[in-house]
Amino acid sequence: MVDSVAHPVADHEGPTDEGRRDFLYLATAAVGGAGVVAIAWPLIDQLNPAADALALASIEYDLSKVALGQEVTIAWRKQPVFIRHRTQAEIDAAVRDDHAPMKDPATDASRVKPGHAQWLIVSASCTHLGCVPTFKGGDYGGWLCPCHGSVYDTSARIRKGPAPKNLYLVPYAFLSPTKVKIG
Amino acid sequence: MEEHISTYQPKSAFERWLDARLPIVRFSADLMEFPTPRNLNYWWTFGGILAFCLGIQIVTGIVLAMHYDPSGAGAFLSVQRTIMRDVNYGWLVRSIHANGASMFFLAVYIHIARGMYYGSYKAPREVLWLLGCVIYVLMMATAFMGYVLPWGQMSFWGAKVITSLLGAFPVIGDPITKLLWGGFAVDSPTLNRFFSLHYLLPFIIAAVVALHIWALHVPGNNNPTGVNVKSKADTVPFHPYYTVKDMFAVSVFVIVFAIFIFYLPDALQKTDNNIEANPLVTPAHIVPEWYLLPFYAILRAIPDKLTGVLALAAALGSLFALPWIDTSKVRSKRYRPMARNLWLIWVVGVFILGWCGSQEPDGHVFPGGAGPVFIDYGINTVTWLSRIAAIYYFAWFWAITPLLGFFETTLPVPDSLATPVLSHPATVPAGAAAAPQTKG
Repeated sequence: MVDSVAHPVADHEGPTDEGRRDFLYLATAAVGGAGVVAIAWPLIDQLNPAADALALASIEYDLSKVALGQEVTIAWRKQPVFIRHRTQAEIDAAVRDDHAPMKDPATDASRVKPGHAQWLIVSASCTHLGCVPTFKGGDYGGWLCPCHGSVYDTSARIRKGPAPKNLYLVPYAFLSPTKVKIG
Repeated sequence: MEEHISTYQPKSAFERWLDARLPIVRFSADLMEFPTPRNLNYWWTFGGILAFCLGIQIVTGIVLAMHYDPSGAGAFLSVQRTIMRDVNYGWLVRSIHANGASMFFLAVYIHIARGMYYGSYKAPREVLWLLGCVIYVLMMATAFMGYVLPWGQMSFWGAKVITSLLGAFPVIGDPITKLLWGGFAVDSPTLNRFFSLHYLLPFIIAAVVALHIWALHVPGNNNPTGVNVKSKADTVPFHPYYTVKDMFAVSVFVIVFAIFIFYLPDALQKTDNNIEANPLVTPAHIVPEWYLLPFYAILRAIPDKLTGVLALAAALGSLFALPWIDTSKVRSKRYRPMARNLWLIWVVGVFILGWCGSQEPDGHVFPGGAGPVFIDYGINTVTWLSRIAAIYYFAWFWAITPLLGFFETTLPVPDSLATPVLSHPATVPAGAAAAPQTKG
């Protein structure tokens, strides 16, 4: 009879009870942690581009406005894009260097649309830290970035300086021989 | 603070009543009574000057925020027209705030240099030093975001370049830059969040300053000899001795400050920043504010993007690690002739890096040609000079400083900090207590 009274008491103390306490601590921490993550995510994600910034309108551009040897900088998704009407000499220089040692090797043909080698359409943000390079600078007949001295050739490939990549290609298609749609 | 016994006596019934409930008067009284080494020189006044700078920036910043429009469309005009021309004394408040940032950095660089020279970072003041480094980094973040707000060409392209630094990291780089920009380029959302953070960070700085002062009051001040305070005779109460000295130093500092505000308001500004931000055209010559130039030169010296960014981070990180890099038992470089000279060369190197940062990467150091090309640039170019200076910058931290502790011969260190004070020819005889302003 004594045993039957004493046992339940013993069950509530000692190791069993501590196990329950640990479980309660862990469960509380887990639920609390999940709560913190659940509220932290919206607070971080609100920093990401909002729907209006994501609504990427594609743009059309009339190439007849760009004379041979001329270059225009236009804004697409608020980022600068070069449209360069290359001369034959520029194209030849780019093709000649196709297999020269480069940081980010690419042939000139892979950077233009077939049959439209005179039109080079690339992002105008230097792949180093985002400045807009200026044409007719550097030793390769192409662009020189004013910020940290990256030099691009006439195919906008990186040849010298800190930038790791060629100027990025942007998605575009020819709607007619004188009209492109970017985006 | 801990060892210091409070000597505050409530003087009225109200003070006694308050002291039992919120002992704030006791707290302030104890701060003023704080025993401070009697031999602190004028290099020690820059802590007070920095507190003054933070106060000025917060007050003028709150005023500017009342008139500023943090939108891509309105920011430039709200600064150039509303604040500079229309608001009563807006030009003055902006001039104080813009030049105040430079004065703040001038003071913090002297404060850091003082800590380095006299070994204030050494045990038991490592946490004090780390908190100071945190404040410095927060200051740079705040200044950078503040520089973006006028939304001129330099603001915009500075923002683009600095945020693009994070893009150097593989995989996470791109999502992080987008997160920071709130778009695909630096734009109105970026400006908006920078304004919000630029308003927030100074208050975080103020909180870390409170921790910095707390960490100072546990071991107490270092002093020019670097020798520990041994008795009460080595100290004087903070007030009136150092409050008066600090006030004098602040007054001199304000004179220099006022020369900039009233006579050279644009001397530290780039003219390009008076052109509204244009995402399609980068200014021909883009440089950061003078106080970031040495780091900019280190970034540019390295031909690889990710390595450059990591070197920039390491240049700052080395400062944090200094208490553990320095193996010398002697705190003050006053008794370490070799360490002093090598450190002075380091300081000159930082100035050289700063100069390099302000020049074009292929500019020439000495008049004439670029010299023979070595690897990628001529040896007479700014790029190679910054590489040499950057190598010394890191070598001082990671080779010279740890090794010196083992090999250098130090001069005899005084037994107590009173010894050099009392033996100083300009000091009044011992027993006359009022000699704390003696320069050591």
